[in-house]
Amino acid sequence: MIPAAFDYHAPASLPEAIALLSQFGDSAKVISGGQSLLPLLKLRLGAAEHLVDIGRIAGLEYVREEGGSLRIGGRTRESVLERSEVVRARYPILLDTARVIADPLVRNRATVGGNLAHGDPANDHPATMLALRAEVVAFGQNGERTIPIDQFFTGLFATALARDEILTEIRIPAPPNRTGGAYVKLERKVGDYATAAAAAQVTLDGSGAFTQVGLALTNAGPMPLRSTAAEEFLKGRRATDDSIAEAARRAAEAASPTADRRGSVEYKREMARVLAGRALKKAVERAGGR
Amino acid sequence: MARHDIHITVNGVAQDLQVESRLLLVHLLRENLRLTGTHIGCDTTHCGACTVLLDGEPVKSCTILAVQADGARIATVEGLEQNGKLHPVQEAFWEKHGLQCGYCTPGMLMTGCALLARNKDPTEPEIREAISGNLCRCTGYSNIVKAIQSAAERLRQQ
Amino acid sequence: MSTPRTSPEVCGMGHSMKRKEDPRFIRGKGNYVDDIQLPGMLHMDIVRSPYAHAKIKSINAERALKIPGVLAVITGETLAKYNLHWMPTLMSDTQMVLPTEKVMYQAQEVAAVIATDRYVAADGVEAVEVEYDPLPVVVDPFKALDPSAPVLRTDKKDKKDNRIFHWQAGDRAATDKAFAEADVVVAQDMYLPRIHVASIETCGCVADFDRVNGKLTVYMTTQAPHAVRTVFALVAGHVGLSEEKIRIVSPDIGGGFGGKVPVYPGYVIAVAASVVIGKPVKWVEDRMENLQADSFARDYHIHAELAATKDGTMKALRIKTLADHGYADAAANPSKFPAGLFSICTGSYDLKNAFAEVDGVYTNKAPGGIAYRCSFRVTEAVHCIERITDVLAQELKMDPAELRMKNFIPPEKFPYKSALGWEYDSGNYPAALRKAMDIVGYEALRREQAEKRARGELMGIGISSFTEIVGAGPSKQFDILGLKMFDSCEIRIHPTGKAMARFGTKSQGQGHETTYAQIVAEELGIPAAHVQVEEGDTDTAPYGLGTYASRSTPTAGAAGAMAARKIREKAKKIAAHLLECSPDDLVWEPGKFTVKGAPSRSKTIQEIAFAAYTNHPQGMEAGLEAVSYYDPPNLTFPFGSYIAVVDIDRGTGAVKVRRFVAVDDCGNIINPMIVDGQIHGGLAMGLAPALLEEISYDEDGNITGGSFMDYLLPTAMETPSWETAKTVTPSPHHPFGAKGVGESATVGAPPAIANAVVDALSHVGVRHVDIPVTPEKVWRLLKENGLSE
Repeated sequence: MIPAAFDYHAPASLPEAIALLSQFGDSAKVISGGQSLLPLLKLRLGAAEHLVDIGRIAGLEYVREEGGSLRIGGRTRESVLERSEVVRARYPILLDTARVIADPLVRNRATVGGNLAHGDPANDHPATMLALRAEVVAFGQNGERTIPIDQFFTGLFATALARDEILTEIRIPAPPNRTGGAYVKLERKVGDYATAAAAAQVTLDGSGAFTQVGLALTNAGPMPLRSTAAEEFLKGRRATDDSIAEAARRAAEAASPTADRRGSVEYKREMARVLAGRALKKAVERAGGR
Repeated sequence: MARHDIHITVNGVAQDLQVESRLLLVHLLRENLRLTGTHIGCDTTHCGACTVLLDGEPVKSCTILAVQADGARIATVEGLEQNGKLHPVQEAFWEKHGLQCGYCTPGMLMTGCALLARNKDPTEPEIREAISGNLCRCTGYSNIVKAIQSAAERLRQQ
Repeated sequence: MSTPRTSPEVCGMGHSMKRKEDPRFIRGKGNYVDDIQLPGMLHMDIVRSPYAHAKIKSINAERALKIPGVLAVITGETLAKYNLHWMPTLMSDTQMVLPTEKVMYQAQEVAAVIATDRYVAADGVEAVEVEYDPLPVVVDPFKALDPSAPVLRTDKKDKKDNRIFHWQAGDRAATDKAFAEADVVVAQDMYLPRIHVASIETCGCVADFDRVNGKLTVYMTTQAPHAVRTVFALVAGHVGLSEEKIRIVSPDIGGGFGGKVPVYPGYVIAVAASVVIGKPVKWVEDRMENLQADSFARDYHIHAELAATKDGTMKALRIKTLADHGYADAAANPSKFPAGLFSICTGSYDLKNAFAEVDGVYTNKAPGGIAYRCSFRVTEAVHCIERITDVLAQELKMDPAELRMKNFIPPEKFPYKSALGWEYDSGNYPAALRKAMDIVGYEALRREQAEKRARGELMGIGISSFTEIVGAGPSKQFDILGLKMFDSCEIRIHPTGKAMARFGTKSQGQGHETTYAQIVAEELGIPAAHVQVEEGDTDTAPYGLGTYASRSTPTAGAAGAMAARKIREKAKKIAAHLLECSPDDLVWEPGKFTVKGAPSRSKTIQEIAFAAYTNHPQGMEAGLEAVSYYDPPNLTFPFGSYIAVVDIDRGTGAVKVRRFVAVDDCGNIINPMIVDGQIHGGLAMGLAPALLEEISYDEDGNITGGSFMDYLLPTAMETPSWETAKTVTPSPHHPFGAKGVGESATVGAPPAIANAVVDALSHVGVRHVDIPVTPEKVWRLLKENGLSE
């Protein structure tokens, strides 16, 4: 459980951090909360000659509504997200998600930005951000850019972040009226990765029909998986047990989970269906729809 | 750089140390500072035997680099007793038989303290959730929950 | 519960005394092996095999030795020079310390790096280069018996197969006859998978060989320090280790549960390194090493059959088991019992005919294995009988509580001779089950279950009425490597009336510093607070066989009472001398002797103690002390009835334990609070195998479940609030009627939960599910029976 030796850098500013990342290229890794990276280094999987700690950079931890969106600083710890009043009141899907990440102690260090930037389809925030149609703000040598979440995950443990870029903010559009969201996770025990999990964020119109649907699955393939077929099916339709069940079926059909100790492919796919259904039902309830 | 100077306050005592980049905080505490009350029970950040307070928050010290704790205030189990007087959480664990082999106990005490600092009257589900990052093999958790409830009462009466 | 005989100040039996050991633990001042730092101490880390079965072509330590701080790399070749590369196991098999030819399980020790600190040692391990030639792997124990299977133990001359032992008990012919004549026969295959005890502290030692004085001290996570000392002396006597110059110290131990009984290769290598280098060597294993290489438990493939009359009277039990021991039989059983005490499998029932056989087999897995709070295979035996009893209940369409009541050994039949040869000391099984049923509200739960079933909701109620067999054991039958399984206590009373009591056992959290003091307090009336209890240092403690299999109270606790009674006998004579009367005129109450009919003429134990050194009778030796080596006349038989209530999520198959009621009977209780603590902990270690824990191997011998990522220990969120109660049926042969309790809950809980899950699905014909009852297993049963969401 001892990492191999590495050099450690603690830049005080973003430009400094970017410069280090550019300088060291492939031999450098960003460390944020360290709750994904350090376990890997301790097992001597994934070597890094240089760690660039962005923990000393001021101004990267915040949760606030501004300019029509919720803005979460990249270094915001999960426990801060959990305790945020605005999250509890207006973005309960985020509270659902934060609460099932690892355990309470890990959440005092793990950051939302790290959870996304790791590119792990087993992490919980990716699916939620997909359902929320979030945007990721990245800062690099060429300055700041905004990456829509649909373009953020590019492969297993791969994201659209360039070597020299740091995830500084996540933006989530403020929910219109009659919006509700939920994240439902099946895990073998507290602290585990998802056997299956689903994030649903929906908006209903006056007649109870879906005007917007975000549905995504965790650990259902090599990348966090947005269930576009299910979303398209529901748009315009009324929220009923049948429409939700059909959407969940379509979401599961598109999933390609891998077999492991958490379950066989068949079971995981079925659980994706069951949980997608439960997440949608709960989101609809919270939208005031049923 | 592979070696760093760090300034860290542990149980109220300021320390200046030079450490390897890869030194884990738990080893800094146990080996460099000889505070062996914080324990190691796993290698995958699951068991929580290494729990300490960092700037008041309970964290797993095996998954933090000592260099990341530069400038931080660390509280370990050794700092709970003040001037020969046990902390109410310690009294409660003793009273309620909240420990058997004692190995997970420092972690449980620190997590318990942090919970009670935030929540003066936690329910049983809240306690169970708060300690869900701390594994115990001996007690089956029932008496740990009772101990934290008892500590809450003691603290409320103070 | 009866009221204690002693006052709260004296705090003898029955008091929930706050633990005397806690002050150091709550301050973080425990002294565990990894806390120990000695001057000049070196660190050892181990290179392990990635292959389950492979020849070693070469070990190249060149790169490792170039790392500053790496002092030595020890291989099998190094140890072979001293004939220490192999060692005996506790079952008189042999296992490698370090290999010279081949490795036989994934994670096996291959070489050891000695370095100046643990970070450098870890770097050293990465730098050792080993070349392997993979060999065919045997992981399926049934296939291991195939005549065409590769013979694994090529080190054993003339060995032509992978069989280890055949053991059997009972009358096969009579049992077969009873089966042939029975109205009803049910049969069930059950697999109890390999699990690991995973105490929060892993194993380790600091070996310190003092060259000047020729003395070896080993601080070690061991539950049996004296046995280890003797084994070291026998095994390494030829390299100069002599028993009077070996000291084993078990300091504070962070949980044992049987996992700290075996002598692991790491200990032996560390000792060898310290002897050769002349400096202290510390070895503490990582969690992954602990899970993958240390002694496991269970791995029993059971075929069970139960015969009965059509009105539900059990007639006969027949069991055939295949025991997968890994590559060596390193289980810590008493030597005449290769299948431990599995023959307790007739359980709480009056079964006149029974036959059980167990065949042990080698596979390419870590060696073992009874290390998981199981009292020598009692978990396996109880799971088997309690599961097959429910299968019978289902077949007969009888309520499982009713079937049990009908077949319990009735209280008046004790002491009871079982069909497999055990004499159960005492028991009242119907009372325990009735109490459990009352507490849980059994009849109301059955009504709730019926209502829920009608609505398509699934809940189950599972019963386990177990009888345990602990306290090994009488010297006629029990020994470990020849060492008889007595245990001991030495008590010395000081002039000021305080006491020192040393025992041959070793607590790893069971509270001996408190409970043993309470025993002495009960017997002598000296306040428990004044009785200093010590264990674990072989230089000072009397010889004992250690703590495991719930044996401490039955053996060492008994020795404590017997030693105290010897002291009381001498104290009586001193009192008579002080009171100038005959000893026959004296009456004892805890703490003092009084002259019959003259209540003002008395002497306290403290006064007597002082007199033992200042005014002892002429012709009598001064001092006030005694030692007892207690050879128990029989084992003890704690028992209980547990009831689990579970709810099943029809969508996911997840099982939630809604309630768990445990009624235990461990005879007379020393400290109720500590007993409850033991039961709570045991229940969690029963729920864990029932729902979560499993170590398995793929066909190449790769282990899964080798880290806490996949080896799932329950947290406070997975465990319910345990509901406990007691009945008290003392043991007639134990000096104070106690039986032992540490493992009852681990034994009784898994079948209660498994039975509850099956019960939830029994209405659609589900008969059995193997543990761990994972959500997927349940989901498949739901799907197959049209019950899924």
